[in-house]
Amino acid sequence: MLLRFFLMGLDRKAGIVLTILAILAVAVPVMTLWVPADSPFHLSVFTVSLLGKYLCFALLALALDLVWGYCGILSLGHAAFFALGGYAMGMYLMRQIGPRGVYGNPVLPDFMVFLNWKELPWYWLGFDHFWFAALMVLVVPGALAFAFGWFAFRSRVTGVYLSIITQALTFALLLAFFRNDMGFGGNNGLTDFKDILGYDIQADTTRVTLFVATVAALALSYMIASGVIGSKLGKVLVALRDAESRVRFMGYDTESYKLFAWTLSACMAGVAGALYVPQVGIINPSEFAPASSIEAVIWVAVGGRGTLAGGILGAVLVNMGKSYFTGALPELWLFALGGLFVAVTLFLPKGLLGLGAQLKAKLPGRNKTSPLPNAKTADQKGA
Amino acid sequence: MRRALRWLMAVCVVVATSTAALAADLRPLVQALGSGGYSGTEKALAQLSEAGDPAAVPVIEALQAGDLYVRKADGTVVVARKAGDAFTLTDPLTRAALGDAPAAAVEKIRINNSLRRAISASLGALTLMSPDTGVRRSAADAVFKSRDAQALETLNAAIAKEQDKSVRAAMEQARAAILLTGEAASKMSDAEIQSATDTLAARGDRDALVLLNMVAGSGASDVTKRSAAAAVSTLEQKLAFWAALQNLWYGLSLGSVLLLAAIGLAVTFGVMGVINMAHGEMVMIGAYTTFLVQEFFRAHAPGLFDLSILVALPAAFIVSGGVGIIIERSVIRWLYGRPLETLLATWGLSLALQQAVRSIFGPTNREVGAPSWMSGAFELGGLTITYGRLWIVIFAFAVFGALLVALKRTWFGLSIRAVTQNRPMANAMGIRTARVDALTFGLGSGIAGLAGVALSQIDNVSPNLGQGYIIDSFMVVVFGGVGNLWGTLVGALTLGSINKFLEPYAGAVLGKILVLIFIILFIQRRPRGLFALKGRAVEA
Repeated sequence: MLLRFFLMGLDRKAGIVLTILAILAVAVPVMTLWVPADSPFHLSVFTVSLLGKYLCFALLALALDLVWGYCGILSLGHAAFFALGGYAMGMYLMRQIGPRGVYGNPVLPDFMVFLNWKELPWYWLGFDHFWFAALMVLVVPGALAFAFGWFAFRSRVTGVYLSIITQALTFALLLAFFRNDMGFGGNNGLTDFKDILGYDIQADTTRVTLFVATVAALALSYMIASGVIGSKLGKVLVALRDAESRVRFMGYDTESYKLFAWTLSACMAGVAGALYVPQVGIINPSEFAPASSIEAVIWVAVGGRGTLAGGILGAVLVNMGKSYFTGALPELWLFALGGLFVAVTLFLPKGLLGLGAQLKAKLPGRNKTSPLPNAKTADQKGA
Repeated sequence: MRRALRWLMAVCVVVATSTAALAADLRPLVQALGSGGYSGTEKALAQLSEAGDPAAVPVIEALQAGDLYVRKADGTVVVARKAGDAFTLTDPLTRAALGDAPAAAVEKIRINNSLRRAISASLGALTLMSPDTGVRRSAADAVFKSRDAQALETLNAAIAKEQDKSVRAAMEQARAAILLTGEAASKMSDAEIQSATDTLAARGDRDALVLLNMVAGSGASDVTKRSAAAAVSTLEQKLAFWAALQNLWYGLSLGSVLLLAAIGLAVTFGVMGVINMAHGEMVMIGAYTTFLVQEFFRAHAPGLFDLSILVALPAAFIVSGGVGIIIERSVIRWLYGRPLETLLATWGLSLALQQAVRSIFGPTNREVGAPSWMSGAFELGGLTITYGRLWIVIFAFAVFGALLVALKRTWFGLSIRAVTQNRPMANAMGIRTARVDALTFGLGSGIAGLAGVALSQIDNVSPNLGQGYIIDSFMVVVFGGVGNLWGTLVGALTLGSINKFLEPYAGAVLGKILVLIFIILFIQRRPRGLFALKGRAVEA
């Protein structure tokens, strides 16, 4: 039953994505751990962490594509769910440091000792267990998304208004996490992690394992997402993206459908954040910045909105470009990113994956077909 | 030493016989400043201030500045100022030149901390007699703060002579402060105590409150305590009232800043339906234009610097508006009817514009000066109002009014509204809709540029200037209701006031978080803002 659900949405594109991920999951550990360092096929651990980071972003993009591409909800606050998942994992890693911190306090993280706190705040309890932290990675973003979506969708806040209040949400969280009294390390966030599940977080094998875990999470999320899209529920989602009122008049409870996809997407973003933190080694409030959410939107737009695979492709490509530019030509990175935003919206409305179809459609004449099927109707509701 | 003493006695005899010249009166006291070490100086200082002659003020000021010396040759007290290796000597009272002396020939009259206190107290008392009103007023304030009982006699004399009403009030407050806190309080009658507390309460500021609280909690008699406590409670009420008014003013001030930042957005977002994320960068460009205009004035016409802001206003409007028109023609016109995509494209533009400004002007803050008529502050009752903020409030309302008139009363405004309401029909009536689109976007951007001029006065002019306002501006427009200028006005003022009223209780950051949560919840209740447009156009 469950297997059928997963297999239902798989098409040729999904086959390609899952094959590439499977190859990565096998090849990367082999090339890092067993290929000798002087061989041209050797991958450094640094590269593995970098790839792992890209794939975490890809998972965030996948989550965003699920709501933007298939439900028409443009979230400008998805990085908030990503960061919340990251903080849940970061809290577990902080507790794992134990007495090895600078102040040597066995219970309190360094920043709490520094702030003269006497005991652990209640919301830190339980985070010394991995299972609890892993649960929170799903529950915290999921619960926030559920509560937020419950109110927003029921009040029929749509389009631009919804986008702007998601932005307000992440901005409010940004400000809140900057406060020292919140008990999340304020400005500096959580860092100096030592080990995860008893393994040294800096060790090569741990890093490779984290990478493989990221690939697995991405593959699983992809299968869940395409399963959802392929099911009857997915058809309703696409229908309400294109004409919400009509779907409502046909008797569907549109709010519940949206709420389901929205909460699922937030949980995926939380997982992405949780995998991101141990690989990068730090989580701080800047992850909540509205700019990072908007950057995630452009990954999806570059790859191709409403394609699932497009989000993954876009996230990896844009972040590779970012790594290159910020290293080689730091002055030009923002020009490149800014230009990308403009160029993609003007010339590539279907993204890279839609390029072929777009070229074919363009031959007879300009602007005869709208970029996404019915994208106009979907977006105009927000106007 | 003995010689000096003998000389001193001789002088005393001489001085005692002559009463004509004022300076001569003070001469022995001044002379006494130079003998007897710290205690001798202090005693002489006390006598000088009791004499109550303002002529002693420059002498005491010289003592305070460390310019008072004793000439070793004859023990005369002189004012000595260093000129090269030697000192130029002058007479402390008459200021007559006494020639030069090598450094070894004079000895400084040293002062310690207790002397320093005594000096400022006696200066406060003595300057009470100054012919200058401003000096007398600040002297009265100094006495009020020091509450030096020695100044009481001078103060009484000064009050009797004082013509200026407000200065006399300040002096009476100082006297009340001395009476209530000093030993004299126990000997005063109930009526006197009552009138003293009334005088203090009439002063009505934090200093008076502190003082009255001190009296109410001190070991004074019950009558004193009771009357002080009564005065404290009325004063606290009054202060709370003024604090609320001050908050209201801060709220109005913040609200007008929000209004300035949001009003251009109300045009591009509200009227045209374009989500312009580069709006903040238009504000930033306006601020940098102000910087360039000021640089020009600094280099070519420093005398006219005060006018630079007035020149910067049209310049910023034209520059930002021009950039806006270029953006509309090159990017936005392809994206009408797809608001979410304009959001992405304009966000990209905002990144590029920020980086462009950073590359040209550098990442650091640039200095934008305030013209003289915008600096300083004035008091209005218990309110302190800075001129800069006052002008920004006035300016924000002026821009709002001008925009309202432009949209409702001009042909241009008429065509904007026609195109917004029914594009094909407007086209058919001969309105060039493409041009109207470009000009409308230019108008919104130009207003953002005007906001930049104002914000350059209160914020750091850096490439990130606009980023700080973009989210707030969107909140204002969405809260107020898209497509309604009045909504923007009410939204800006409401959010500004809520923010400032929350700040004392919750702190600045938490206050802002609460405002954001409030907006999120508010949008649930009224998904289309405070003043929603009604009718079919809404669902289109």
